[in-house]
Amino acid sequence: MRFLIPLAVFAVMVIFLAIGLKLDPREVPSPLIGKPAPTFNLPQVADAGQFLSPDSFKGQVALVNVWASWCVSCRQEHPVLVQLARQNVVPIYGLNYKDQREAANGWLAQFGNPYTASAFDADGRVGINWGVYGVPETFVIDKAGLIRHKHTGPVTPEVLEREILPLVRQLQGEP
Amino acid sequence: MTSELGHLALIVALLMAILQGTFPLAGAALGVPVWMSVGRAAGRAQFFFLAVAFACLIDSFIVNDFSVRYVAEHSNSDLPLYYRIAATWGAHEGSMLLWAVILGLWTFAVTVFSNSLSEEFLARVLGVMGLISVGILLFILLTSNPFERLVPMPSDGGDLNPLLQDFGMTIHPPMLYMGYVGLSVAFSFAIAALLGGSLDSAWARWSRPWTLVAWIFLTFGIVLGSWWAYYELGWGGWWFWDPVENASFMPWLVATALLHSLAVTEKRGAFKAWTVLLAIFAFSLSLLGTFLVRSGVLTSVHAFASDPARGLFILVFLALVVGSSLLIYALKAPAIRDTARYTLISRENLLLLNNVLLVTAAASILLGTLYPLILDAMKLGKISVGPPYFSSVFAPLMAPIVLLAGIAPLFAWREASMPKLIRQLRWLAPLSLGLGIASTALFWSLSDIKTLAGLSMAFWLVGSAGISLWNRIRLRETALDGLRSQSPSFYGMTLAHIGIAVFLVGVVLSSSYSEEKIVRLAPGDTVQLGSYTFTFKGVTDVVGPNFKAQEGSFVVETDGKAVAHLNPQKRIYKVQRNTMTEAAIEPGLTRDLYVALGEPMDGAAWSVRVYYKPFIRWIWLGGLLMMAGGLCSVADRRYRLASLKTVEPHTSAAMRKA
Repeated sequence: MRFLIPLAVFAVMVIFLAIGLKLDPREVPSPLIGKPAPTFNLPQVADAGQFLSPDSFKGQVALVNVWASWCVSCRQEHPVLVQLARQNVVPIYGLNYKDQREAANGWLAQFGNPYTASAFDADGRVGINWGVYGVPETFVIDKAGLIRHKHTGPVTPEVLEREILPLVRQLQGEP
Repeated sequence: MTSELGHLALIVALLMAILQGTFPLAGAALGVPVWMSVGRAAGRAQFFFLAVAFACLIDSFIVNDFSVRYVAEHSNSDLPLYYRIAATWGAHEGSMLLWAVILGLWTFAVTVFSNSLSEEFLARVLGVMGLISVGILLFILLTSNPFERLVPMPSDGGDLNPLLQDFGMTIHPPMLYMGYVGLSVAFSFAIAALLGGSLDSAWARWSRPWTLVAWIFLTFGIVLGSWWAYYELGWGGWWFWDPVENASFMPWLVATALLHSLAVTEKRGAFKAWTVLLAIFAFSLSLLGTFLVRSGVLTSVHAFASDPARGLFILVFLALVVGSSLLIYALKAPAIRDTARYTLISRENLLLLNNVLLVTAAASILLGTLYPLILDAMKLGKISVGPPYFSSVFAPLMAPIVLLAGIAPLFAWREASMPKLIRQLRWLAPLSLGLGIASTALFWSLSDIKTLAGLSMAFWLVGSAGISLWNRIRLRETALDGLRSQSPSFYGMTLAHIGIAVFLVGVVLSSSYSEEKIVRLAPGDTVQLGSYTFTFKGVTDVVGPNFKAQEGSFVVETDGKAVAHLNPQKRIYKVQRNTMTEAAIEPGLTRDLYVALGEPMDGAAWSVRVYYKPFIRWIWLGGLLMMAGGLCSVADRRYRLASLKTVEPHTSAAMRKA
């Protein structure tokens, strides 16, 4: 019966490969889930004289969306965010990542601005602290300032419905 | 119109493949000669139509027909003609078509060079190859059709990935595919032998030349890929244990084991089941490699379009082909009886050990490549497996192989005499160790154990190959007579084994003694690397056909004499707007001098990487020597194949000396 061993080993391997087709090897889970959002104090995109830090949204549930004018996928998700902002469910703050100020402002003027405010992270250092490795990414921050969820990639209506909004509602219900 | 013609030709090729895959197999099983003869005709027709389809695709690229989606995505009006043709196989759809065409080419070759095969056996071989063709052609037509139109037609194309606009990259895929797909011939021979129930040494004799040629191409493809990575990627590395590199290396290791196993089965009638299993493994690993790089299950710098739908198709195809072949093996192999008897100390056992080591190496590489996937699937986290694992696992497995490769020819078949061997080899060990110590001490540093070990092993290998040759020459009247009377396959083996030694020297010396400096240089500045002085002369702007570049100028001197003028470039390609670093290399047999531009800094200064790479060419030289060895051996086989008459599978008419 030892002649069946190669077939058996192969069958096991095929099962793993089949499971692998449903996984995304590029997706890396964030080690910051449940930890306090890394602090920063950055000038805003719209007005360099004004500053933005996580203290601005402490006490409320907030979304932090990492975006850039050079990012093609961001344009894909942008209408979804603009729509979400109109509904006034949760404030969305932007982290403008490795961008140029004029290009960023122009982009927002052209495609809409869903952000309560956008921080200007020119050299990407804040992004590094937040574990950003691709753009766009969206973080859900709770009232205490802890990161509770990170979504990598564009936010689609399905992602909002299944992942983000239920969590936001649950967190808003907490004291 | 051309694109539709190509599409049609592809469909007709599929129909031919279906005929080729069904009638011959049924005919062989039921004993219907007319059905069996369909194999040859259908195989040749399939190749003809595939060639037509491929020509149509190439033509679409030459004229830059942007109404064809594939051309629009990968060509451009500024792309030079040579690269337009190469762009045909530069992305997923076209490269799968190349795969199919090459399978057609091998099928055609089998129909031509098969006069010594029995009708029944040939029918089964062509039938199995036909079934594989059906799978590949269905895959192309259903999921990866290069002939789809794009409406409305864009005004210009997306350009070929600049990384592929390079000579090495244009011939690397065809060479690799010749190897991968060529292993399907050995696979088909094995399945045909299993199905026919006749597993004596005749099938091994027929398989050997086909496996050799496939192995030669695969070696060449891997060597090209490594050389390309070295000069193109700009960091002086030549092997990264990337999943796609591993996907080419695993079939190579198993194919090497298969070659050795075929030799034993042919000459001694031993290892019959082993050889069949290795033939199945080798091609299965080729297919697995195709799956891994096109399905998106692994991250890799090489990964093609990762599309789960395509991945699913290939996985099902892989499961069917490999699963059914392993099932046939499980059902038929128990009936195989080895006719040979051999003792513990014999060439047979050494070759068995060699095969075990090679297969273990391939298995550990497979484990490392799939490990991230396995952990992720079992929700145990995400990790990456890289060079630390692979090099620490691979080196200890290769060391015994290097030691064995030289002395195995000295062992007699069946029962070798230990005292005689010790008498022949007793000076070799201290001599190679001594030479290793001497060369390490003279040129480098004696405290480096890795260099010492590597060089000693290389001397051992070359020395034992020399002893083997000497033993045979001694039997003749004159040395010249002795040299002329050895068979080409003996020289082939010797050359290939020496190639391993050369490769080993290149790896050990370049990894131990490479020097690298990353510095900021302003025009007029110099940097010293060993005995070489690199002077930076500044950067000028140049324009290429489809790119703009900044070209640096360097003068390299040693002992006050200019040795090289190097011009590295930093290119920006117009369409895809990526930045490419073109390193400048001064090649040499004993060292390479390598300069790459980094980033522009303040003023006219640049960050620059300079490398001194000793003996790095020996790595690829070793590979080329292995290929040369393979070519010698093939030359031997073809001569003998031509003089053989048709042999029925049950007779073992071995008319040659062992």
